[in-house]
Amino acid sequence: MSLNIYGEILNEHNIRPTHKGNIADATIRLEGKNPTCGDDIYLELKVGEDGTIEDGAFNGSGCAISQASVDIMIDLIIGESKERALELCEKFMKMIRGEASPEDLDELDEAAALKDISHMPARVKCAVLGWHTMEEMLKKTDDL
Amino acid sequence: MSNILKKDFPVFEKAPCVYLDSAATAQRPYVVIDAVKEFYETMNANPLRGLYELSMAATQAYEEARECVADFIGAGSPGEIIFTRNATESLNLVAYSYALNFLKEGDEIVTTVMEHHSNMLPWQMAAEKIGAKLIYLEPGEDGTITEEEMDRKISPKCKLIAAAHVSNVLGCINPIKELADRVHKNGGVMVVDGAQSVPHMEVDVKELGADFLAFSGHKLMGPFGIGVLWAKRELLEAMPPFLRGGEMIEYVSLDGATWAELPHKFEAGTVNPSGAYGLMKAIGYLKDVGFDRIRKIEDELTARIFDAFSEMEYIHILGSDDPKKHTGIVSFTIDGVHPHDISSILDSENVDIRAGHHCAQPLMEYLGVMNTARASLYLYNDEEDVDAFVNMIRKVRGIMGYES
Repeated sequence: MSLNIYGEILNEHNIRPTHKGNIADATIRLEGKNPTCGDDIYLELKVGEDGTIEDGAFNGSGCAISQASVDIMIDLIIGESKERALELCEKFMKMIRGEASPEDLDELDEAAALKDISHMPARVKCAVLGWHTMEEMLKKTDDL
Repeated sequence: MSNILKKDFPVFEKAPCVYLDSAATAQRPYVVIDAVKEFYETMNANPLRGLYELSMAATQAYEEARECVADFIGAGSPGEIIFTRNATESLNLVAYSYALNFLKEGDEIVTTVMEHHSNMLPWQMAAEKIGAKLIYLEPGEDGTITEEEMDRKISPKCKLIAAAHVSNVLGCINPIKELADRVHKNGGVMVVDGAQSVPHMEVDVKELGADFLAFSGHKLMGPFGIGVLWAKRELLEAMPPFLRGGEMIEYVSLDGATWAELPHKFEAGTVNPSGAYGLMKAIGYLKDVGFDRIRKIEDELTARIFDAFSEMEYIHILGSDDPKKHTGIVSFTIDGVHPHDISSILDSENVDIRAGHHCAQPLMEYLGVMNTARASLYLYNDEEDVDAFVNMIRKVRGIMGYES
């Protein structure tokens, strides 16, 4: 395994996360857990009436990979539609499987810093925790 | 200095690594790996059943292993040694066959908050089914369970105490003799989880004062899938079988059955003779090295880790300040760095440590930590391993983007 993963982007989002905390007017909240590592995050999103993600925040504890990954994700999806957020989520999962195209990586922007997770099977569940949680939240609101 | 015993372990040549996770499972020496192969090549048949030579050879290997284990822990007779899959199964056997049948509503079961889940969940189950009260002894920060704590928690209603001989997180040795004396005064029994002690120190069940002792073969360099439960004969004779099936009966009719003699009453189904045979060879290897030498290796290397860690103020070691009280187990945290990241960073240089809750979540909560990293030593480790480990630990915070 290489240590490329612990680069500037990941470390910065881990040590000084932009979105850690709460948002007062969240419209959806969900807890995501990795029972085997004890990671858990509480993800909050504010989705506007037109389906735009207006704000997001997370709380909880976990390793640098899970914390940075969710912080980067929130950066990426604020201002986007739910559909676009789910599309990015799909591209992120593709990247984790090692199947993303260079265009996909471009769209994933800072999240592409987690590309090497595809070579670290033990850490995949850390990287996808926030993304899975978001996916579940957004799909749930579809059902409403 | 390098450790001459390393050459006895093929893994260090074939998959080179700095292995510091022996509390999870030990590496196996050639003698054990060869013994398993030898069993399958020259003795492979279903033991205890066949009346032909090969089956008798398998039976002999299996029973010889039982005698070896009995001798190793000072059991009264080989009949007191039950082969299981691992310590977890051994402890469950005691909970199901002993506790559920011999404890009653209103009795108290005492254990400690530092138990591995395998010595906690069976007692939670038993207490709930029986209507017994489950009480937890709480150690001090260094892992010590004081007399006062025992006075407070162990009442005359306590009929079973279950405790780890050595904690898999703190490495401390628990006062088993003292606990045993207290429960025996109530006519109760002492159950000891020896998973972390039997590989590292001489354990004599009589001196220990135990009534039940459970341990795993794989932590003392034996094969996976073979474990041991020792218990006093009179207890085993009174207990009903745990699992029912083949080769544990005396006579079966459509209406019921009578049970085989000890130890077979507790070994339903086809047993694991190659595992037992390998375990015997592991015990032989362990004895050849000797516990004094093991202790010396572990204590010196633990002290070396403590010395190095003392210069890094962002590292916190769990448990005693005295390296001699750790049985080669060093659990620690690094400020600002999650243990899983520590482990991944060390893995980049093939330094293998454990990170997580170590199957002791209640202890983690009690100590106020979410997770820890753990380096655990065994007889094949050496100063080079410790130095490689410490050098990587020094780099961790820098790699994670901290300035110091």
